[in-house]
Amino acid sequence: MIVKLSDNIVSPLGYNSIDNYNNLCTGNSKLKLYEGLWDIPEPFIASLFINEELDYVFNKHIPTNKLLTKFEKIVILSAYQAIKEADIDASSDRVIFIISSTKGNIELLNTSDNRIGNNRLLLGTSAKIVSEFFGNKNNPIVVSNACISGACAQLLALRLLKTDLYDYAIVIGADVQSKFIVSGFQSFKALSMNCCKPFDKDRDGLNVGEGAGTIIFKKEKDNNISNKDWILDNGAINNDANHISGPSRTGEGSYRALTKVIADTDIDKIAMINVHGTATLYNDEMESIAISRAGLLNIPINGLKGYYGHTMGAAGIIETILSQYSLNNNIILPTRGYSELGVSNKLIISNKTIETKKREFIKLLSGFGGCNIALLYKQGGTIC
Amino acid sequence: MLGIKNWINLNSSSVFFKGTRIATDAYGKDLLVSLYRKYINGYPKFFKMDPLSRLGFVACELLFNSEKVETLQTDNLNEDSCLILFNKSASLANDKIYNETIDNENYFPSPSVFVYTLPNIVTGEIAIKNKIYGETSFYVIDELDATTIFNVVSSSMSDTNNNRCICGWLECSNEDNFNAILLMIDKTSDTLFNIENLRNILNYK
Repeated sequence: MIVKLSDNIVSPLGYNSIDNYNNLCTGNSKLKLYEGLWDIPEPFIASLFINEELDYVFNKHIPTNKLLTKFEKIVILSAYQAIKEADIDASSDRVIFIISSTKGNIELLNTSDNRIGNNRLLLGTSAKIVSEFFGNKNNPIVVSNACISGACAQLLALRLLKTDLYDYAIVIGADVQSKFIVSGFQSFKALSMNCCKPFDKDRDGLNVGEGAGTIIFKKEKDNNISNKDWILDNGAINNDANHISGPSRTGEGSYRALTKVIADTDIDKIAMINVHGTATLYNDEMESIAISRAGLLNIPINGLKGYYGHTMGAAGIIETILSQYSLNNNIILPTRGYSELGVSNKLIISNKTIETKKREFIKLLSGFGGCNIALLYKQGGTIC
Repeated sequence: MLGIKNWINLNSSSVFFKGTRIATDAYGKDLLVSLYRKYINGYPKFFKMDPLSRLGFVACELLFNSEKVETLQTDNLNEDSCLILFNKSASLANDKIYNETIDNENYFPSPSVFVYTLPNIVTGEIAIKNKIYGETSFYVIDELDATTIFNVVSSSMSDTNNNRCICGWLECSNEDNFNAILLMIDKTSDTLFNIENLRNILNYK
């Protein structure tokens, strides 16, 4: 089986997973209004790193003279601590690096600094800077499947570890924000001028965020699995075959992916569905339809965009890690920003903590290009 | 066992099916339009697509048409069909176009350009045209590498949900400079989908 060996989150809310989790438990967020940043004419709400603080933490932990971009720094910082905790040799040829990002170093399009060189605009080249930083010689793979990338990267890890090619997969998701991304979402009228309100009747758009998350997976013999181990059981990706930017009105791809991941499991054991929940009108409604069609309305859901905004390529990984921490502590985290149900199906969702003893959860994501993914996670003791 | 049913190599100046060149009369972006008009038609959305999506769309339609793959056109069968594409430049060709629209002197971002600043949009375009409800995935790697492509595709196809697949390389550095090498693979065709055969196809000149 494929188990999680270690994890780490680097975000404006904290520089390790525990700090991030504790901040969520106390309801904190770094979402705030930015006016005039990056010369963007309209103000916007985002959760962004304080760059000086990020540099300070990076330099404190990571001794290097290499010239790195902000994107590469958060990728390396998040992976560095996870690798240390896992106590594995990241340079081994039995280790594969999988990186999830939508826009990587896109800001290099606008830089006149020739020291970095704009070949690092290429996601594969930038990924190689990261894997080689850790001495790994395998070709890293970048997953660029829009907003579902972080979950797709975990599914790829599961698949590759099932072969005999590798023993460990280091899966890192990251994105930094920029004029490029913010202006694009503004042109779509997708951004809210308030802190986002997932699934709420007054929701009016998403916020963007920065962050990086790492999960290290290990291939483990069934009889070595402990009660605490998080097992990635299975996952499914399905396309809506409907529209390149609009969510399907029937929740087609999400519904199909949900149906597949629960096919061989007892749904009464599932504690929650951690949804995408961007807080746009159409995404949240689509998810409610997909969950209803899959017959899962009795399972509580939650969404974490109200703490981080949408962290794009990092979202699938950060949200997976926090779901695991919360179930380790027998709770389902509140959906920050939510107050009154504003979708057509009666979901179980709350802005308060819900207690649970269950040990399985589904991670659900959807993205541009009509792609959708569901992952099913189980904690060791529940299946052995 | 996975087999290769058919493959296409479409670059800026030529088109090959299973190694056989077909006659063409244009180059670069004009080649894609000319192929669209000669073999596809009736899908005006093609003209709204960015260069990467046009490339993937035309290459896939030719691949489907060449085999008259009825199986891919019928009902719910497409649940088990998937698209797994790779390249080096992601959506950089269109990213550069979008970036020019957000210059301080000339700020006019457009959602119809922004949406194509993701490489996986082409998989959505192909899925929409062919009603493919299965998996769509896009991966970016440092260079065209048959081993990585083989490992990802074959491990994805061992997933019980996936029975048929269009996979391969879809690289577009600008609207006149591109290279698509797409394979249609399934569980019945005789030519084995293995690293050696894949490498021969990807390196075919």
